[in-house]
Amino acid sequence: MPTLWLVIALLALSALGFVLGRQRAMQSAGGDTRALHSLPIYYGLNVGLTALLPALAVLLVWLFAQPMFIENQISDMIPAELIPENSTRDLVMSDVRRVAAGLDLAVEQGALTETAAANLRAELTDVRARLGEIGVALGSDVRPEVLDAAQEYRKMTATGNTVMTIVVALLALGGLAVSYARTHKDYRARNVVEQGVLALLILAASLAILTTVGIVLSMLFETMNFFSLHQWVDFFFGTTWAPNFRGDSELSILPLLWGTLYISFIALLVAVPVGLFAAIYLSEYASNTTRSIAKPLLEILAGIPTIVYGLFALLTVGPLLAGMFAKGGLLGVEWMAGATSVLTAGVVMGIMLIPFVSSLSDDIINAVPQTMRDGSLGLGATRSETVRQVVLPAALPGIVGAVLLAASRAIGETMIVVMGAGAIAKFSLNPLESMTTITTRIVSQLTGDTDFASPETLVAFALGLTLFVLTLGLNVLALYIVRKYREQYE
Amino acid sequence: MNDMTFVERTVDTRQTKIAAKNVQVYYGETHAIKDVNVEIEDKTVTAFIGPSGCGKSTFLRCLNRMNDTIDICRVQGDILLDGEDIYDKRVDPVQLRAKVGMVFQKPNPFPKSIYDNVAYGPRIHGLAKNKAELDEIVEKSLRRGAIWDEVKDRLDAPGTGLSGGQQQRLCIARAVATEPEVLLMDEPCSALDPIATAQVEELIDDLRQRYSVVIVTHSMQQAARVSQKTAFFHLGNLVEFGETGQIFTNPEDPRTESYITGRIG
Repeated sequence: MPTLWLVIALLALSALGFVLGRQRAMQSAGGDTRALHSLPIYYGLNVGLTALLPALAVLLVWLFAQPMFIENQISDMIPAELIPENSTRDLVMSDVRRVAAGLDLAVEQGALTETAAANLRAELTDVRARLGEIGVALGSDVRPEVLDAAQEYRKMTATGNTVMTIVVALLALGGLAVSYARTHKDYRARNVVEQGVLALLILAASLAILTTVGIVLSMLFETMNFFSLHQWVDFFFGTTWAPNFRGDSELSILPLLWGTLYISFIALLVAVPVGLFAAIYLSEYASNTTRSIAKPLLEILAGIPTIVYGLFALLTVGPLLAGMFAKGGLLGVEWMAGATSVLTAGVVMGIMLIPFVSSLSDDIINAVPQTMRDGSLGLGATRSETVRQVVLPAALPGIVGAVLLAASRAIGETMIVVMGAGAIAKFSLNPLESMTTITTRIVSQLTGDTDFASPETLVAFALGLTLFVLTLGLNVLALYIVRKYREQYE
Repeated sequence: MNDMTFVERTVDTRQTKIAAKNVQVYYGETHAIKDVNVEIEDKTVTAFIGPSGCGKSTFLRCLNRMNDTIDICRVQGDILLDGEDIYDKRVDPVQLRAKVGMVFQKPNPFPKSIYDNVAYGPRIHGLAKNKAELDEIVEKSLRRGAIWDEVKDRLDAPGTGLSGGQQQRLCIARAVATEPEVLLMDEPCSALDPIATAQVEELIDDLRQRYSVVIVTHSMQQAARVSQKTAFFHLGNLVEFGETGQIFTNPEDPRTESYITGRIG
């Protein structure tokens, strides 16, 4: 793979630059490191990094941009009448790509010479059969236009790769030469490297942010597609969720939103008191030994995969609840139809959230200054009075923040709900009935053999975006509250 | 230095409020307080002085069992409050702390209103039958804390919004609101500017009318200004204890003399 070789060459060049830069700096100082502005390693790093980084950046961008550029060019080559009924330009383009990849493979395996591959004529050779021999299966016979396009594709790719290699190599050598020439005992290599480090850190931070933006944008476009096919009024204000593939689906988010919020509410009802009390015990009452054992144990809960919680809901909690509330159960009532219910999912999700609440609250309670506790204890208050009247009010904003973070976790949770809550979208106040949530519907709309252009599939993106906005709002609110609280003691 | 002059104060025959006998304190392996004997008199300001780490704060915190909150701390010996051993099993440390109030080094008002800060103790101990009585206690305490005039119009404002000196006087008002018999002060002026310090010192002198006050201080001038009795601690030992005037003008122990003249510390 030429790109890999190119990267290895760059690294080698960079290493060479490091050694050369170091040597040159030492020479210019007459072998006395004290005469240098910076430590010798900085001169080496400066040369090495100047050779490596710009070249590497260009290489990365090129690798992304070249296929897009070539596809655009080739796509224009294919005449519109070539595109069959019920098909799209994209499908033809994927044929072109497959033929091109097949030719590449053939050349690599020696079944065709480079010239033979470039001069292959669809009129004279059965390309499908030739490629079939080397293991590339094509869906249909290759038409001349497609073969031409594939050959053009290969040609442009080859040219592009050559140009890329040259440009990258020139950049690397140029960087090396310039920074090597600059290396002198008075050159401030240390400061330059510092700026390089800064650039690296900024790059890492902006990558994370740009990814978020990318996710939002991709969701946004698909959501817009969905709303061009489906009434937004029905989506936001309808009351029925009944997807079908006959084309008259009712796709309303409200029943799903209700299920989501109801399950999350029950989860918080479990997680907040238990988590908060655990945090109070750990931070206010437990001895250091107990704390050092109990806290990691509690945090193990946070490390359990949610699918395992789902199994727990399906196999243990659900049947347990059914054994109490279903027909023939302990209580002799018939309130529950099966093992899946809002309560099942809510309770298990609550257990999952306990460590979130307790760990965050514990940190926040610990951040309340000891002098507050001393003040209260010094007035003759007991520990629980101190906790209730001084520590908790002081920590309250932070705890609210922790609860909101837990809530956004609950709203976005999928596996537990898939396995514990059932799949029926409806409005009901009875926690023993099955309901479903936004996340599980996204999964079920997108999995399976579905057409990607129908509203029944695209609704998943609208649901996902709504979910994203919901949890984002909660997170922003939580962070705002937590930050405001921090200011109090600093 | 003008500060070092002493006013002869009328001294009535005072009775012993707190008597400590052979007190030892250990922090884990460290022997922090070694064999301290001291008698603290009622209606007197007693100052504990000594270099940092000499154990004066530790000893102060023994007097209302605040050291109980530290796991590794052990206290041996007898500390008698009005003749009763405060480390006796029958004594409830929570009740004891209501009787022996404490003011800390850093002003630590609760993040509540000024009113609620002062009403905190009385509410916990059920000292007021109704709102009117509580109002009365709050006003009386704030007056004793010499801060009433400054805050009477904004009792609902948060206590944390006051200046450092006001906060410390609020904390003193909060401590006297539970009607303690002894008031322990752990370097109450170390976080305050000179003006606030002067106000708090004046207040301490007032408090002497009603309470026995024990104050830990790093400032020898302050000890000389506010106290009648002074105890000098060094390396966990009580080196010398006596009338303040005596300690500062004519110390018996050479270590005391070295400390107050600035040679050790």
